[in-house]
Amino acid sequence: MWQAVVSGPQGTNLSPEESAVVSLPQEPDLHIFAAIVENKFGVLARIAGLFSRRGFNIFSLAVAPTADPSYSRITIVVDVHNTDVNQIAKQLDKLVNVINISELHPSDSLERELMLARVGAVDLEAVVDVISEYGGEVLDHADGEAIVSVSAHPDRLDRCERQLRPFGLHVLQRTGRIALRALDADEPAVGMTA
Amino acid sequence: MELTGAQALMRSLEMSGVEVMFGLPGGAILPVYDPVLDSPIRHVLVRHEQGAGHMAQGYAHVTGKPGVAMVTSGPAATNIVTPLCDAFMDSIPMVVVTGQVAMSAIGSDAFQECDTTGITMAVTKHNYLVTDPADIPRIVAEAFHIATTGRPGPVLIDLPKDVSNATMDWYWPDGVDLPGYRPRREIDPAAIAEAARLIRTAERPVIYAGGGLLKARAAEALRELAEMCEIHVVTTLMARGVFPDRHPLCLGMPGMHGNYTAVTAMQQADLLINLGARFDDRVTGNPAHFAPGAKVIHVDIDPAEHGKVRVPDVPIAGDAKVAIEALIEVLRPGDGSAVTDAMADRSVWKSTVSGWQEQYPLSYDQPSSGHPLKPQYVVEQLRDHTPDDTIVVAGVGQHQMWASQFWQFDHPYTWVNSGGLGTMGFAVPAAIGAKVGRPDRTVWAIDGDGCFQMTAQELISASAENIPVKVGILNNAYLGMVRQWQELFYAERYSEVYLSADHPDYVGWAEAMGCVGIRVESAEEVVPAITKANAVNDRPVVIDFRVDTEEKVYPMVPAGGSNDDIILGPEGDADAALKGSAPS
Ligand SMILES: Cc1ncc(C[n+]2csc(CCOP(=O)(O)OP(=O)(O)O)c2C)c(N)n1
Ligand SMILES: [Mg+2]
Repeated sequence: MWQAVVSGPQGTNLSPEESAVVSLPQEPDLHIFAAIVENKFGVLARIAGLFSRRGFNIFSLAVAPTADPSYSRITIVVDVHNTDVNQIAKQLDKLVNVINISELHPSDSLERELMLARVGAVDLEAVVDVISEYGGEVLDHADGEAIVSVSAHPDRLDRCERQLRPFGLHVLQRTGRIALRALDADEPAVGMTA
Repeated sequence: MELTGAQALMRSLEMSGVEVMFGLPGGAILPVYDPVLDSPIRHVLVRHEQGAGHMAQGYAHVTGKPGVAMVTSGPAATNIVTPLCDAFMDSIPMVVVTGQVAMSAIGSDAFQECDTTGITMAVTKHNYLVTDPADIPRIVAEAFHIATTGRPGPVLIDLPKDVSNATMDWYWPDGVDLPGYRPRREIDPAAIAEAARLIRTAERPVIYAGGGLLKARAAEALRELAEMCEIHVVTTLMARGVFPDRHPLCLGMPGMHGNYTAVTAMQQADLLINLGARFDDRVTGNPAHFAPGAKVIHVDIDPAEHGKVRVPDVPIAGDAKVAIEALIEVLRPGDGSAVTDAMADRSVWKSTVSGWQEQYPLSYDQPSSGHPLKPQYVVEQLRDHTPDDTIVVAGVGQHQMWASQFWQFDHPYTWVNSGGLGTMGFAVPAAIGAKVGRPDRTVWAIDGDGCFQMTAQELISASAENIPVKVGILNNAYLGMVRQWQELFYAERYSEVYLSADHPDYVGWAEAMGCVGIRVESAEEVVPAITKANAVNDRPVVIDFRVDTEEKVYPMVPAGGSNDDIILGPEGDADAALKGSAPS
């Protein structure tokens, strides 16, 4: 095992307690964008490339074709720390293959995320107790392990994940969130819709 | 009619109005070079693909038409990445065609394969990998549409060899269908009204004129607005010439090496009317200290420029010419009275500005005879002994700044330079492209000795193709701009900046490339050499001006510093020079 030595701003070596404070990640400031893009070769690379070269931080990204297979809908969750939200939308909008882009505000959107996890399940009952609270199901179990599937609002999924942690989270795969504007929500004022 | 992909490509270029293209063949693009022989399009053979790209840029700068370059795959494609990036930074319309290995070989690390679309994604407005010859006309039409509309920029088409060789049924599309591309923005009348209100009430307004005005062909509209409202104009490095330097309202170039009045007027303005500029750090210095008391009107065709660096009070998204005309319309009183009657009193401001102009003109000192020859003197003599509408093309470095400072630009599209990327080696090929685009004009490149060595071989292309450009090398034996920073900010510790004035022998080199070579070592020889060069019209001319190695560009705002801390010159404020922050 190795120990990381975290240097303070002045290059001093800090005690473990202090370095813990220093290295504590900033609370992310997450914003959700939905983009309709042409379902063409390389479009995802263009979006990913744009994010990296403009210094925008992708938190999660989900993409799949829309009902019309010539388009895809992408939900991008961005950590906008030190970034102007409008810049992200405007730069994305400039990509020729991006048909439109809009920001989805959590208050008037419906969000879901799917999680698949391989967890310790010596006590399967207890695992079932946790996930059933979130409408999850056990897909497979053997040799004291289970594969569970939970689909929920991402915040609830976070909670579920925390509750599963004590059982042993051997493999965790979350899809990243997808979102739709609620039916009664106003269209965004900027001339961009998704 | 059945055509090969290669024939369809050439035909599509012809349909797009291409008259000239710059390029160099190779394996993957070979099929397309065959129909080049039958095409009315003039093809200029370059000696290095970077030259093809910069020639296309120079051509586009002076004609307003998209520049076109064609090269092969792999190393040729990577050689043209620099011009693509340069064109992307400076919003130059350009279409580049690259050859690619056959579709079946893509991904196999085939000979001269490289991921051209992947590499150029970040430096093009858009790019294409053609997978079906039937797509060629559509893609070419789209490429020219994208390159030339909205905020112009470079578009790349990567064409695999088997696609060039396969056949297709020829067609030419009626238009383009790009649902995600909306270059046209309607000007918001409410924003125009608010901008007009700010213009009326401002006491210290300055028009911050950028390169976007040249793209929008808005020089006349700008002049009308400035004259009607009696507002001073600064012209950025990309906008030199869009407003005549000799105009009483012109303050010249702002920024890191801008003149005192332009820099300080912006700094103290209460209203900046930004027309097609982008608050580049070379103009603003430290943006946190830039024009702190100014409200900002920002006209840009690219809405992403609004708030990227400075949050405008009034963002106006749209074509600069349309926006200016809308502003003029709103500002012009219906009763025929002078517009300025309805404006705040600016007499104090005007006299402050003219006071600065008198007190802090650009200056240098040319000793009356003999050495050392001052580079600024050379620029002034070139300016005074060439036709009024001469096109000036610069490299990157001190000579570029002296050219911009000491030339008098009185016409739009007479200044060509690499602003955003700052590409050494730009001048020679860009001058060649400019001369191809405007054969009626005298084209002078003002180049540095370091820059010249990066792309000089294109003078062979110019000799071979009878493109009589003229190159004045301000040979200071140094990578002068870097030397200047080392002198000012690294305690005169000169690291890897000495080049030698004698090696290469520029005159011998020029002659070897089929040019006339002239050497100038003293002030007295300057005008005769220029006169001699101007008389040559059947081949390129190179003048090796041996200039003072220690001359520095002033004024200077140290990188990352505030524009309030402008250094006027060695005598003016030597201490301030030492206070400057390190370059970054
Ligand atoms: C391709 C490239 N490499 C390096 C630089 C960094 N650079 C900027 S100016 C300069 C010196 C240019 O020397 P020269 O052409 O002799 O012009 P001078 O400054 O002496 O007038 C250098 C190395 C650059 N701008 N471009
Ligand atoms: Mg030099």
